[in-house]
Amino acid sequence: MSRARGALAAAAIAAALALYAWTFLRAESQQALGVLVVLGVAGGVVATRTRVLDRLPAVPERVSQAFALLAVAALCLALRQDDFELLLVARVLIVVIACLGLHIQLGYAGVLNFAGASFFGVGGYTAAVLSRATGLPHLIVLLVGGAMAAAIGTLIVVPVLRTRGHYAALITIAFALLFRTFLEVNDALGGPQGLKLREIRIGPWRFNDPVEVGPFDGSFYVNYLALLLILLAIAWIFVQRLERSWIGIDLDAVRLDETAAAAFGLDIARWKTVAFTLGNFLLGVAGAVSAHMVGFIAPNNYSFGESLVLVSILLLGGVGNPWGVALASAIIVVLPEKLQVLQEYRFLLFAAMVVLILIFRPVGLLPRQMRRLEGLRGRT
Amino acid sequence: MTAQLLSCTKVTRRFGGVVALDGMDLHLEEGRVLGLIGPNGSGKTTFFNVLTGIFPATSGEVEFAGKRITDLRPQEVYRTGIARTFQRSRLCLPLSIFDNLMIGNHQRLDHRLWFNLVRRGALARQVEEARADAIELLRTFDEPLASRLGDPVARVPMIDRRRIEICRALISRPQLLLLDEPSAGMTHEETQRLMDDLLLVKRRMARLTIILIEHEMSVIERITDRCVVLNYGRKIAEGTYGEVARDPLVRQAYLGLE
Repeated sequence: MSRARGALAAAAIAAALALYAWTFLRAESQQALGVLVVLGVAGGVVATRTRVLDRLPAVPERVSQAFALLAVAALCLALRQDDFELLLVARVLIVVIACLGLHIQLGYAGVLNFAGASFFGVGGYTAAVLSRATGLPHLIVLLVGGAMAAAIGTLIVVPVLRTRGHYAALITIAFALLFRTFLEVNDALGGPQGLKLREIRIGPWRFNDPVEVGPFDGSFYVNYLALLLILLAIAWIFVQRLERSWIGIDLDAVRLDETAAAAFGLDIARWKTVAFTLGNFLLGVAGAVSAHMVGFIAPNNYSFGESLVLVSILLLGGVGNPWGVALASAIIVVLPEKLQVLQEYRFLLFAAMVVLILIFRPVGLLPRQMRRLEGLRGRT
Repeated sequence: MTAQLLSCTKVTRRFGGVVALDGMDLHLEEGRVLGLIGPNGSGKTTFFNVLTGIFPATSGEVEFAGKRITDLRPQEVYRTGIARTFQRSRLCLPLSIFDNLMIGNHQRLDHRLWFNLVRRGALARQVEEARADAIELLRTFDEPLASRLGDPVARVPMIDRRRIEICRALISRPQLLLLDEPSAGMTHEETQRLMDDLLLVKRRMARLTIILIEHEMSVIERITDRCVVLNYGRKIAEGTYGEVARDPLVRQAYLGLE
């Protein structure tokens, strides 16, 4: 009984959030958007203060995940003709996948990666080169984009392992700067002008054709959104399984106390490498999809500033919580696009948000939950 | 005469110009409880760090269970059957009691990616086994603690954190347990309770060998078979507690008596 009520409450929350997102994305006037932002913030503050979410009957996480997926799918269908809004949703999903990669690195293993946009770019450029020069199926191209990012990550994993904390972070910054310079001077990769990409094709499915299924017709972005939702669901399950396993404990132990971890046989280098590589893989896959969807890539898209944005999403959402990553990605991607006054001051807004969150809620919007390995069998 | 479990020969550790451990000789038989005492900075914890490979010895030899472990890394030392606690608690505070114990249980768990990500049923079974094991071990110490397995360590009191730390070291069934000042930061009465627990564990695991660093002399007197006294990195006395407590050198260096 309480389970059914919990599921009902979760469905209601998902529906309300989808409705809010729809209204927000469709709203044109700046006043209306301002009111919506205030409403959203107020709703968040009230929900936190009253702990209303904790008081709802618990639902299995699978149920809330299914509702979240349905809510995003419903949102996409409701927006099916609006190219710009759909593009925003797609960018949010891409950023969530990319940030889940960073989340494995920073949230679990404690490896701070300031080259997120670079590994995202490795995926994009790999996809560009492969789909221009070869006839490889595009699904494979996406995976190779991820694999390439993971492989290039192993180039800097050695210096990252030999240093700790800030110094390891500095090495990733150095790599980010190097990567961009490399792209700009490399004529084979288009130099500063970048490269053009074709649409994604999977068998007969052409992603840049408008969707027409019976009476239903929608923008070509619906294709990309469908693919992104599938990829996100896979990435999400992957990340959660990783956390709820012995490996999740290993990564936490490495992050929290390397000396104690080593004294109990944990191979620090191995687990940092595993987290770094898996994270870069997700970043690379997200970058490859993004490159195909936008149809054009250039070094400017993969600047150090973009890497900082990715890290700030993690801080804002709550390091270690995938739901926080999703929420923060939506805020960081959509807000500056809709509020025109902010567009010029995009980076200022992010900086202010990070400072505010670090002062008032250092754990992030949705802090990490305790791991419960007991009773794993019924839930997976 | 039982076999030597641990033999240290002329073990020395320097930090720059400082000789933290100076030609330490130590031989320990299986099943014994050895007390390691001495003033602050006399090299007790350094000795543990050298044994466990955190700071490799500058010179000298360490042999454990018939195997040379002098230059092994901490991970390899752990796998030979040596587990330890730390002077300042090094539990992972945000993690649950269970998670912390499983860090100590590392070598008995399957850490392969495929097993953890794909074979979730087998993983769940391993979790259940490990959980039963953890509960049984915690019960030896403290019945109520066993029912709080899912609580974050940050929420349990100091004495329970010590118990968890000792359990984390014991759960891998080591042959040699190194306890670095388990009574640190606890009241006299808490210390007594913890020692009761330890004696109980020792009775159940008769073959377990323990080296105990301790400042609380009543503890040393109560649970050790033999003591080694260090001063400025050198061993200055060895014997039963009664013997070393009467030693004039020890009284001067450590007990602060004439």
